[in-house]
Amino acid sequence: MLRWVVWRDLILAWRRRADALSTLFFFVIVVSLFPLGIGPETELLRSIAPGVVWVAALLASMLSLGRLFANDYQDGTLEQLLLTPQPLYLVVLGKVAAQWLTSELPLVCMAPLLGVQFGVSNDTLVVLVLSLALGTPVLSMIGSIGAALTLGLRSSSVLISILVLPLYIPVLIFGAGAVEASIIGQSPAPHIYLLGAITVLSLIFAPWATSAALRISVE
Amino acid sequence: MRGDRRVFSDVNFSLVPGSFLQVTGANGSGKTSLLRILCGLLKPAEGQISWQGASIHSLGEEYFTSVTYFGHRPGVKDELTAAENLRVSAGLGGVQVDTDRAHEALERMGLVGRGSVPARLLSEGQRRRVALARLLVCNTRLWLLDEILTSLDKTAISLVRSLIEEHLSGGGMAIVATHQELELSGHQKQRLELAT
Amino acid sequence: MNVYKYASPTNFYPLAGKMIPWFATPAAILFAVGLFVGFFIAPPDFQQGDAYRIMFIHVPAAWLGMFLYVLMAIYAGIGWAFNARLASMMASSISVTGAMFTFISLVTGAFWGKPTWGVWWVWDARMTSTLILLFLYIGFISLQSSIEDPRRADRAGAVLALVGVINVPIIYFSVQWWNTLHQGATIRILQKPTIRGSMLWSMLILLAACWLYSVAVVLIRVRCIILEREQNAARFAEATL
Repeated sequence: MLRWVVWRDLILAWRRRADALSTLFFFVIVVSLFPLGIGPETELLRSIAPGVVWVAALLASMLSLGRLFANDYQDGTLEQLLLTPQPLYLVVLGKVAAQWLTSELPLVCMAPLLGVQFGVSNDTLVVLVLSLALGTPVLSMIGSIGAALTLGLRSSSVLISILVLPLYIPVLIFGAGAVEASIIGQSPAPHIYLLGAITVLSLIFAPWATSAALRISVE
Repeated sequence: MRGDRRVFSDVNFSLVPGSFLQVTGANGSGKTSLLRILCGLLKPAEGQISWQGASIHSLGEEYFTSVTYFGHRPGVKDELTAAENLRVSAGLGGVQVDTDRAHEALERMGLVGRGSVPARLLSEGQRRRVALARLLVCNTRLWLLDEILTSLDKTAISLVRSLIEEHLSGGGMAIVATHQELELSGHQKQRLELAT
Repeated sequence: MNVYKYASPTNFYPLAGKMIPWFATPAAILFAVGLFVGFFIAPPDFQQGDAYRIMFIHVPAAWLGMFLYVLMAIYAGIGWAFNARLASMMASSISVTGAMFTFISLVTGAFWGKPTWGVWWVWDARMTSTLILLFLYIGFISLQSSIEDPRRADRAGAVLALVGVINVPIIYFSVQWWNTLHQGATIRILQKPTIRGSMLWSMLILLAACWLYSVAVVLIRVRCIILEREQNAARFAEATL
């Protein structure tokens, strides 16, 4: 039954391709703004690349999170999701998985191309993709908590960002840190392990918080 | 309680198989709140809802295998076709409906040939019919219907009426909140009037 | 005496009113004493001269900012778990005071930093964590002020505060990992403090003063919140007479 949730969301995302694509374009544009604002020296760009790509990924995720539950809330399907015989935990997991596949995975795939723009080596590109692949699920999970809490509120996108970005900071630190370590020649392994630990923790606990938040918001 | 304001109090009733309860009252008297409390979306400030002797709170998700709730909004996704909507909502409720059966059910609801049309191209009343088609395929015992007759024309209303009658004859129960009077032949009817 | 009757906001209102002077007056006295000791009695620091004196405000403010966040989360959790409106009101009330102290600790930290390190701001572990804590407070306050239904605001705030409280150790650890410049905690429970007698006294007195101040101010604010939200309770009119 979980697959109905995922299937439904994937089909909806496909039929509204523009949304997912616009998130991707936002990512690309934001990353490209930094060299324009800072200057084209390769050394400088290489040193800021991890932070820039990661922060841009965070911001792009913020855009897509607003859509996670809002649409369903407005047309009444969210209530029905709360009334399925399935544990809400699984329903949330399904929705977040679909959101990750449609909004975050493109970012992860695009990241190496952007990394090349910043002149990083191939090894570092691998670390970049790995760190984003581990870190973006956490963004989706923690972001789902924010999206659930702010359902139906005015200016909910900004509010989600205020609520959720401080909670992302560990992910940012370890994720960008891993890439940075790779650039300066150190092993990114510790960062990656810690990032992985956070990913597992958030997969276990975040859907529970999101379920609680959904019940609160739908009342 | 809505906000810090008490909406209604002192409501007591019980329902047996084959009977139905009509909830009436002026706007703001709390019909929607009552139905939402009954399906578990809302928690009452005081009091308890029991299903077959156990409080619905303790039953958790199991309770939802016995209840179908329809709220104000149709609960239909615009980008999915009518048939897909039906299959998804049935599937989420645990009932597997294949495409043919979905089209059949939609036709019975009066949506002949509309099964493959995206819901956003349907009218409000047609969308409501798509949502209500779920009643044909699900087998839950209790139906909680909140103002579902709005935006339905006369044929649709009589169709819904016959659906409810069928359901009650089969031993099901229904609680319907509506402004309009709902006459169902030959079934035990209770009335609950909520006053502001 | 039935303590539980004070769980009702209408009954708590007059009790809070009576309690306030018992906290406000000692707070004022201790502030005066603590500041006097800190600024006039404690000797200048070996390395930092007189500039270190702002630490007497900075350290209590920082501690209180952190402790109040935890307390706020506890109250919010109780309010959610037991459907206790007063506990949620207390959480909302604490949030503002906690945010204020966190902000004060950031500003005083900057004032301390300028003469000591030469810059207004350094991204060391302690200051950065405090900044993030301020963001968490702002998030809580923004969320509650954006939701119109008070009970939904209470519960949503509770979820956010509890998620935040669990995250705080993770955030702190990650920021530590990221950078460590700040001097270590100068009061360790089992070790001899690296600061001398009168300095320690001043800090502890000011800490107590901030505590008492917080209690007084939280009670004042919770009375305002009770007034706003209990407009419909008829008994309230009797209780306030």
